[in-house]
Amino acid sequence: MDQLQNMNFFVSLVLIFTSAAFTDNILLARFLGMCSCLAISRKVDTSIGLGSAVIFVTASTTALNFLVYKYILLPLGIEYLRLLTFIVIIAAFVQLLEMIIERFSEKLYYTLGIFLPLITVNCAILGIALFMLNKPYTFWQAFAFGAGGGFGWFLAITLIGGIREKTKENELPKGLEGPAITLIIIGIMALAFVGFSGMIKI
Amino acid sequence: MAYTPKQVFLNGIWQDNPIYRQVLGICSTLAVTNLLANTLFMCFGLIFTTALSNLTISLLRDYTPKRIRMIIQVLIIACYVMMVDIFIKALAPDIHRFIGPYVGLIITNCIIMGRAEAFASQNKPLLSLFDGIASGVGYSLVLIFIASIREPLGFGSILGITLPARDLWWHSWIIMVMPPGAFFMLGMFTWFARRWLTKEVKR
Repeated sequence: MDQLQNMNFFVSLVLIFTSAAFTDNILLARFLGMCSCLAISRKVDTSIGLGSAVIFVTASTTALNFLVYKYILLPLGIEYLRLLTFIVIIAAFVQLLEMIIERFSEKLYYTLGIFLPLITVNCAILGIALFMLNKPYTFWQAFAFGAGGGFGWFLAITLIGGIREKTKENELPKGLEGPAITLIIIGIMALAFVGFSGMIKI
Repeated sequence: MAYTPKQVFLNGIWQDNPIYRQVLGICSTLAVTNLLANTLFMCFGLIFTTALSNLTISLLRDYTPKRIRMIIQVLIIACYVMMVDIFIKALAPDIHRFIGPYVGLIITNCIIMGRAEAFASQNKPLLSLFDGIASGVGYSLVLIFIASIREPLGFGSILGITLPARDLWWHSWIIMVMPPGAFFMLGMFTWFARRWLTKEVKR
């Protein structure tokens, strides 16, 4: 961790982003956002839509939560309210974003906006905010961590969507269809991502 | 839709099991099942939260405006999760360090929101309490089962106590306690459970 403080500012941001996206992939190594991933990943298009919405929301809410935690909760000594505060901030942010997108760009609303209500209950968003607290990040580092986590989730769900599109027509033993085979596919992908571990140590 | 308490209980534990039937609450299932002790704490937290949040939401169901019911449900759940979080932190700080974030994530655990929305907002308080306990127990049984396979295979121990076989001839399968092992175990478990259960229904 000390290394991180001495490092060049931009290098540290890139390192945090890559480690959050690859070595510590939020879906494959931390298991967050599984429910929406299993439900949505049937097609590549929808996976990309939900994935991009997640990148945007995680990056913004992680930064926002960082500020609220550091400048409001910590000075007042009410860290135990963090769960309540974070979930309210995320829900409010998503609601606001949906209203803004709907108002200004109809096209964007149909590609991205329809996924927004799903995001409030996506545990990846709250999860990244909670994991961020365990590390002594500065504001921009927290932002990079959120963006990296979101990007890792996007990458994983898009890949899974691609594989599921290919295997949709295949015949499977009884009971293995649907969630069971998807979990095993994700397991094989997680095995591949284990190869990234140890590449970056921070 | 009138349910007897017994039906509600059996549905939650067996026929409509949250994990292998409804495929809800998968995140924590995968994350905490590498050690049995972690799993037990997580199950305790989840049963407590589903039961009491179901009860509270059901008590308030006539006073909650339809349009903002989601945010109210989330706030009620968040309050109970905070209690669990503080409780586990005081009782077992070591375990809390590892499962802490996942305890916080009980808020967004789909089981609780799902039960609140599908059952507690339409049924009487006592019945909702039963339903919450049943869903929690159904979840816990699956988790304990998976954990009691993963821990012995991966670490050669159970509840932190080393099994004699590990020193004699057993080589631990590290893969079982790593993320891929979690996905494989849950995938296989879902497969067997679904196959077996569909047979039951036909009969």
